[in-house]
Amino acid sequence: MTTVGWIDPVLRSARPQAIGALLRYFRDLDQAEEAFQEACLRALKNWPVNGPPRDPVAWLILVGRNGALDDVRRRSKSTPLPADDAISDLDDAETDIAERLDSSHYRDDLLRLLFICCHPDLPAVQQIALALRVVSGLSVKEIARAFLVSEAAMEQRITRAKSRVARADVPFETPGAVERAERLGAVAAMIYLVFNEGYSASGGSAHVRTPLCEEAIRLARLLLTLFPGETEILGLTALLLLQHARAPARLDADGAIVLLDDQDRRLWDRDLIAEGLALIEKAVRHRRPGPYQVQAAIAGVHAHAASSKDTDWSEIDQLYATLERLQPSPVVTLNRAVALSKVQGPAAALAMIEPLAEALDGYFHFFGVKGGLLMQLGRANEARIAFDQAIALAHTPAEAAHIRLHLDRLIKESQPA
Amino acid sequence: MLYAFLCCHDEAVANSWTKEEDEAVLAKRHKVTEKLAAKGKLGPAVRLMPTTAATTVRMGGEPVVLDGPFAETKEALLGFYLIDCDSLEDAIETAKEIGRDEKVVFEIRPVKLFAPKGIAS
Repeated sequence: MTTVGWIDPVLRSARPQAIGALLRYFRDLDQAEEAFQEACLRALKNWPVNGPPRDPVAWLILVGRNGALDDVRRRSKSTPLPADDAISDLDDAETDIAERLDSSHYRDDLLRLLFICCHPDLPAVQQIALALRVVSGLSVKEIARAFLVSEAAMEQRITRAKSRVARADVPFETPGAVERAERLGAVAAMIYLVFNEGYSASGGSAHVRTPLCEEAIRLARLLLTLFPGETEILGLTALLLLQHARAPARLDADGAIVLLDDQDRRLWDRDLIAEGLALIEKAVRHRRPGPYQVQAAIAGVHAHAASSKDTDWSEIDQLYATLERLQPSPVVTLNRAVALSKVQGPAAALAMIEPLAEALDGYFHFFGVKGGLLMQLGRANEARIAFDQAIALAHTPAEAAHIRLHLDRLIKESQPA
Repeated sequence: MLYAFLCCHDEAVANSWTKEEDEAVLAKRHKVTEKLAAKGKLGPAVRLMPTTAATTVRMGGEPVVLDGPFAETKEALLGFYLIDCDSLEDAIETAKEIGRDEKVVFEIRPVKLFAPKGIAS
C-alpha cells in the first residue's frame, strides 16, 4: 500500500452505511450515490493533508449531505423555488443530525438500503446487480463481466431496477420489530443470492465471480455487526464462510468442477472454516434453529472431515431431515438422498428421490444424482438416460463436462476389456 | 520491559481489505517484526477473529452472556504483539514502524505478568 493506500479500503467500507444514511436524507438513490461520490472526492483531497477523521463514515455523510444541500441552494437561485415540503424535509435533516448518526440509525439505514435492493418486484438478477452497484460500489463493468453480458446491457438493467424501486415507495420511518425481522429475512436471502451467483462460477470466469462471493461475505459480516444476536444472520455468515473456504479446491486446472467427494481438502481455507465454526457455535447456544444455521451445520460437518469417507453422513442425513422440516423442498430432499445413499446405500436413496421426479423434471442436479445412484446399482442403461437428461439441463460448460465424465466411465465399463 | 501492542482497527475497514491488501499489510509488518525477532525481542503475536465471532460474559450478580464484543466501538481490538522494548520511547517508535502507512491505532501497555504456558498452582 502507498502512503494514501489506506484511504481506498476506508471509502469502500464506509460506502454501505454512508449511502444508507444519505438515502434517508434525499430519499433518492441516484442523489444519495452522487452525494457520496462527491464526498469521496473531497476525502481524497482532504484526508492525505489533514489526516483521517476519527469517524470516516460520519465525515462522509456530513460532507456528502452538505455538498448536495449547497447544490440545491445554488440551483434554487436560478430556478423556481422548490416545493415547500421539499425544503422542510431538508431542514429537518439538519436539525437532528447528531441524533441521526447514532448507531441504531446506522443499523436501520443500512437495512433499508439493502432491503430496497431486494424488493420483491425485482427479479433475482436485478436484485443482485443493484446491490453490487449501489451497496458494494462495484463498477458496471465488473458486474457485467460477472454476468457475462455487455456493459450497456448491465447499465440498462441497473437503471431499470432503480426506477422500479423508486416507484415502490419503501417507507422511511424507523421499522417496527416485525417489519425489521421481515426486512432482515429478505436481505439475508438477497445476500445469499449474491454469493450463489459467484459460487455457481463456470470454469473460465471464476476469477471475475470470486469478488461476488467475497462481497456477499462482507455484507453478511456487516449485517452481523449490526445485529449480533440474530441467529440466522450468524448462520448465513457461517454458511458463506464455510462454502467459500472450499473455493480453492472446487475447480481443477482446466476449470472443471471437482465434486466435494473428490476435492483436495488440504486446499480448503482453514481460517474461513475456523471462523465459520465459531459462528455456528455461537448460534447454537440460542436454540433457535433456522434454515441457514442448519445448512451451515451441514457445511461444518464436511469441514470437520478429513475425507468424504471420514464424513459423519448419518449426522448430515439428520441435519437434512431437520432442514426438510424447517423448509420443505424437493431440492432439500434430493440433498438428503445423497447423504442417505452413503448411510443406507443407493437403493434407499433412489426410493427417496423417485417421488421428486415430477417436481424436479427440469433440474440438472436431479438427473445427475439419479444417474449416479443408478450407476452404483449397476443399471447402466438407465443411468445413461439420466445423465443425458442432466447434460441437456446443464447451465454451464463445467456442469455438462462433469456429467460427461460419468458417461465416459459408463461407456468404458460397458466395453469388454 | 515487555510491552503489549494492542492493535485496534476500524473493523469494517479491515473486513473490506481484499486478500491482496491483507497480505500486503502482513508482509509490510513482517519486515519490522523480523528485525525484532532477530534481536530476540519479539514475543507471541495474536490475530483475533472478527468481533462478530466474539461473546461477552458479564459477571456480577447473575452472569450475562452476550453476543458480540465487550465494547461497541468502531475501532476494535483485532490482535496484539508482545515486544521487549528498552523504553516507552522505544515502544512508541516500534509502534510507528509497525503501523506505517496504515490507519491503525496501537494501545501500548506495559506487561505486568507474562506466562506463556499459563499459570498452574
